[in-house]
Amino acid sequence: MFDYNFHWSPVFKSLPDLLAASLMTLQVAALSMVLGVLIGLALSVIRLTVRGPLYWFATAWIETARNTPALFQLFFFGFGLGAFGWHLSPYMIVLAGLTFNNAGYLAENFRGGFQAVPETQMRAARSLGMSLWQTYTRILVPQVLRIVYYPMTNQLVWAVLMSSLGMLVGFRELSGETQFFASRTYRVFEYFAIAALIYYVLVKFILMASRLLAAKLFRY
Amino acid sequence: METPISFFSSFGFQDVLFMAEAAWRTLIISVISISLGTLLGATFGWMLYEGRIWSTIVIAPVLDVFRSVPLIIQLVLFYNFAPIVGLNLDAFESGLVVLTLYTAALVANVARGGIEAVGVPMRRAARSLGLSYWQDLRYVVFPIGARAVFPSWVGVALGVLKDSALVSVLGYVELLRASQILMTRTQEPLLIISIAGAFYFALSYPISRYSAKLEKGWSQ
Repeated sequence: MFDYNFHWSPVFKSLPDLLAASLMTLQVAALSMVLGVLIGLALSVIRLTVRGPLYWFATAWIETARNTPALFQLFFFGFGLGAFGWHLSPYMIVLAGLTFNNAGYLAENFRGGFQAVPETQMRAARSLGMSLWQTYTRILVPQVLRIVYYPMTNQLVWAVLMSSLGMLVGFRELSGETQFFASRTYRVFEYFAIAALIYYVLVKFILMASRLLAAKLFRY
Repeated sequence: METPISFFSSFGFQDVLFMAEAAWRTLIISVISISLGTLLGATFGWMLYEGRIWSTIVIAPVLDVFRSVPLIIQLVLFYNFAPIVGLNLDAFESGLVVLTLYTAALVANVARGGIEAVGVPMRRAARSLGLSYWQDLRYVVFPIGARAVFPSWVGVALGVLKDSALVSVLGYVELLRASQILMTRTQEPLLIISIAGAFYFALSYPISRYSAKLEKGWSQ
């Protein structure tokens, strides 16, 4: 019954390539997270303050991001935009898809964060003579980022995991690279087992780093 | 002049039926794996709460792996692992097994939270009134705890519904895979991907709104 021979040597031979690809995974996840935080902040401020077309745009973005599969969002940027003559590179497809998704999820977190900051903060800052922009960037947003720090960490982990969908649009991050080597050597199980291990280590590393960072940042 | 041979045919009524059938397959695999995964996950959650030593050293880390490795890697890994140990599973069965375990891993934490939400004094009171351990679980912990974590459970269930799109990598023709096939044939990516997205949205959005409404009502 158990007559499968494991061959690990090709996997170890291509380990440097896999590790390089996992840096690509981290890079695209981190970049999509930075963009996602900026857009997510904008979307949640729009939803809390503005009415009209802008409000509906933000709502549509958030609800679409939260209620459709991430893979659908990637396909939309990959194939759907082709109808308008926009052909994105695999890297851009993954980056755009992840940013869209992150922004939608983070906007909901930020909304909760903004509601948790007492209203009096806004009034106090304004009566001290700060402009609306100053109030947001110096008073409200720093507090919100602190409140949603842990949900943001989770979202970063999700972004790393979601970037594995790059495999399906031809992007050579960790999963894509794994699939490339696996289909070249037919050692599918071995390659994906190592990829799973690398992802696990990456996620643990991110969680640990964020905990250390939190201990450093949130010291009063 | 003769019309040139066309390799593509346009989107027609039978394609709508094809997509509806694929949507049905998405529903089937999600509903079965969410149901089984919830039962399994509730059991794991209870084990985690009861916290015998082996459950904290064995169950918690194993469940953690399912949450730290991308689902797509889990799917490919299991699909290629099953034949090694002599199991002959097709794409649907492999997808079902992985999605069920994935759901169980997510539900376990939710269920543990639910049990923790029921105060210890409440449970002592139940036991003092003469309820057995199982009666206490069935008539006190379950109704209160389930209500406390119902919104998070809905979140998990909707997540699995969306993630079921990934079973397409194994060749199971669910909604997103079907739309990919149609896109290749009709060369109308935008229309088809939008229909697929609309289906997911139509399924997920009302449920998430309903759960948000329930949550609001219960928290008052």
